[in-house]
Amino acid sequence: MLNLLNMANRHVNAVVIGAGAGGGVVARELTAGGLSVVLIERGRWHTFDEHGDDELTSQRTFPLKCGYGPDNERNWRMAPDGKNGWRKVFPNDWSYGNNAACVGSGTVCYGAMAWRYQPVDFHLKTKYGAVPGSTLDDWPLSYDELEPYYEKAEYELGVAGDPTNDPFVPPRKNPYPMPGFSYNREGIILEKAARRLGLHPFPIPMLRNSVPYLGRPACIRMRTCVGYACPVDAKAGTQNTVIPVALKTGNCELRINCMVSEIIVDDRGKAKGIRYFDADNKLREQTSDLVVVSASASETARLLLNSKSKLFPDGAGNNNGWVGRNIQDHAYTGAYGLFEDEVYDDVGPGACIAINDFNHRFPDIIGGGVLCNEFIRMPYQFASIRPPGSRMWGKDHKDFQKHYFRRHIAIHGPVQEMPVFDKRVEVDPVVRDFWGIPVARISGLRHDNDIKVAHFLADKAENWLKEAGATHTWQSVPGKESTPSQHQAGTCRMGNDPKTSVTNKYGQLHEIDNIFIADGSLHVNNGGYNPALTILALGYWVGDHIVKNWKGTKMK
Amino acid sequence: MANLSFSRREFIRLVTGGTAAVLISFNTACRNKISRWRFLNEEEITLLDAVVEQLIPTDDFPGGRWANVSNFIDKQLDTYYRKHQTVYREGLAALQETVIRMKGNKFEELSYADQTTILEKMEAGEFTGDYWKNHPAANFFDTVRQHSLQGYYGSPVHGGNRDYVSYRMMGLDYPNVIGQNRYNDLSWRIYNAKSPEYGK
Repeated sequence: MLNLLNMANRHVNAVVIGAGAGGGVVARELTAGGLSVVLIERGRWHTFDEHGDDELTSQRTFPLKCGYGPDNERNWRMAPDGKNGWRKVFPNDWSYGNNAACVGSGTVCYGAMAWRYQPVDFHLKTKYGAVPGSTLDDWPLSYDELEPYYEKAEYELGVAGDPTNDPFVPPRKNPYPMPGFSYNREGIILEKAARRLGLHPFPIPMLRNSVPYLGRPACIRMRTCVGYACPVDAKAGTQNTVIPVALKTGNCELRINCMVSEIIVDDRGKAKGIRYFDADNKLREQTSDLVVVSASASETARLLLNSKSKLFPDGAGNNNGWVGRNIQDHAYTGAYGLFEDEVYDDVGPGACIAINDFNHRFPDIIGGGVLCNEFIRMPYQFASIRPPGSRMWGKDHKDFQKHYFRRHIAIHGPVQEMPVFDKRVEVDPVVRDFWGIPVARISGLRHDNDIKVAHFLADKAENWLKEAGATHTWQSVPGKESTPSQHQAGTCRMGNDPKTSVTNKYGQLHEIDNIFIADGSLHVNNGGYNPALTILALGYWVGDHIVKNWKGTKMK
Repeated sequence: MANLSFSRREFIRLVTGGTAAVLISFNTACRNKISRWRFLNEEEITLLDAVVEQLIPTDDFPGGRWANVSNFIDKQLDTYYRKHQTVYREGLAALQETVIRMKGNKFEELSYADQTTILEKMEAGEFTGDYWKNHPAANFFDTVRQHSLQGYYGSPVHGGNRDYVSYRMMGLDYPNVIGQNRYNDLSWRIYNAKSPEYGK
């Protein structure tokens, strides 16, 4: 029976699992290189018209459901219940750690910040030495090696930025393809204040058109941007850039609503293809010469762990037990400030100004992060933002909402987390999802250093707000508990030593040479920045390596 | 549709009375049995309306009751929040029972200030009674509070935030016209002019 089904699916050179940031780019690179590709995605296409600006199902606040997937009906995970046991959590629970599941994935509905990591981020162990309690290591890949791929991502998807006033900008050979964005009212206020403090503010680079680019129009400055699809496609995602390019080659079939259950690895330790449940929930096979996994740090690890074979009884590429380890996110920290005058001008997406002054520049601080003003907080989200000790209902709560929505500024920053070996993704031994696939469970605590740096950065954010004229300020500092979600990374890290990493510097599994990873899983550490551009760049890096070394039906 | 069940007296009137009597009886039965709510009943809605009006009171802008927050919650209890059905059914009954025991009246019959005091006790978990031992009052309070804020501040497509009242209150114009380009905001051009990189 399975053979009959196989005949229905033509053998291809490569299956790419996950049509997000990494997978979309890899599909584009492989198809351009002449490989036949099946790009397989568990979600589907989404448009702005389907979701509108509904805050309660956005990817930012999702009490009702995660509008861009995955759905609560078929997907769940296990999370620590605080009593040494586990509890079932659904995609719209915060402890699930959701990332959008659709064509384009997070790049459909993200805030689209387009950061390059700093050169030093690629060799943190050399800079800071071993950090007790952390598996911190150097990348096998340098910034200089990745730089051309950062640039390719910036040009093929489209980044608007202006590094002129950022003395700490990572070296770049060419300018951004589009001019930087303007500041909104709070940006203008914050720029002046930052300069008075001797800091170096500059516009946030964005995967969003400041001018028409690649056939897509310029941004219309919507207030609902982060968490929502773009109504005019000014925001660049893989779904409106590289995936259409891949499809146009004729070498790529995009297969949506298909949930991959395992990578088939034969008894000699070679990947033969995948098993997946199609849109009708029928189990199918797709054979291929090569498998590329780009399913996000949590789901990539889950898939490898669920792909058991004779030579790899603990999952594909997992004989050293490192698959799923070291999951990271960002320890978001910052401060809020209240102002006498209106600082809100309804010019979206809100986030526009950044400073790089507090990243890797203080000897007693390991890491750091960029500080930016925050994206516009929509009404329901704002209803949870109050100074500590405030009553969260009644007249005072409503008065605050009415008065301070237009008179407050938030400054946030992603603290680079130290990788922790026991902060990890596993598969649950008992619980299975709708299709019968063992579910992921995610556990572990942040490193103490993350909290220390978070306090350090929150102080800086609060100072900035005070200088800008805030009459009242307070900090918002994270704790040690977290479930990595939209910035999840690190579960299949690259490295030169097969004992302490999962892939080599090209994303190729040490143990199975025809399985590649191309997503945030590869990150050895996750930078003090939003990771999207680095995931895109790694997609180009991995894809380019495969194409250059491809010979007929296998790697040279 | 709700079942039309007639009392014995109504049944006798139906079969013995004239046409007018039949119509009147039928009307009465309809009014009593057919609810415009999906999960909650009239008594629960009356209580919930009073609670949401405390959580989001009327001032120069309408409060939670006018904004249809109870309708939002009822609608979600029939869709996304089915898992909260028992919590609401039991919690609202226990709240009413607790209030009657403490004050001798229903919650909605108390003065506004007394209602506030009751909810403060509830939020602090200071309710006594068997039910609250296994179902902390503070948890139920927070569930209702969160759902009410969603109903008042979320999109009207879900049944609350009538007439975009919260958006109007916060000075957010609506509808937000898609396609409006802020060409009058020339700051980015001014900003660009400062940068030697441009025009290359």
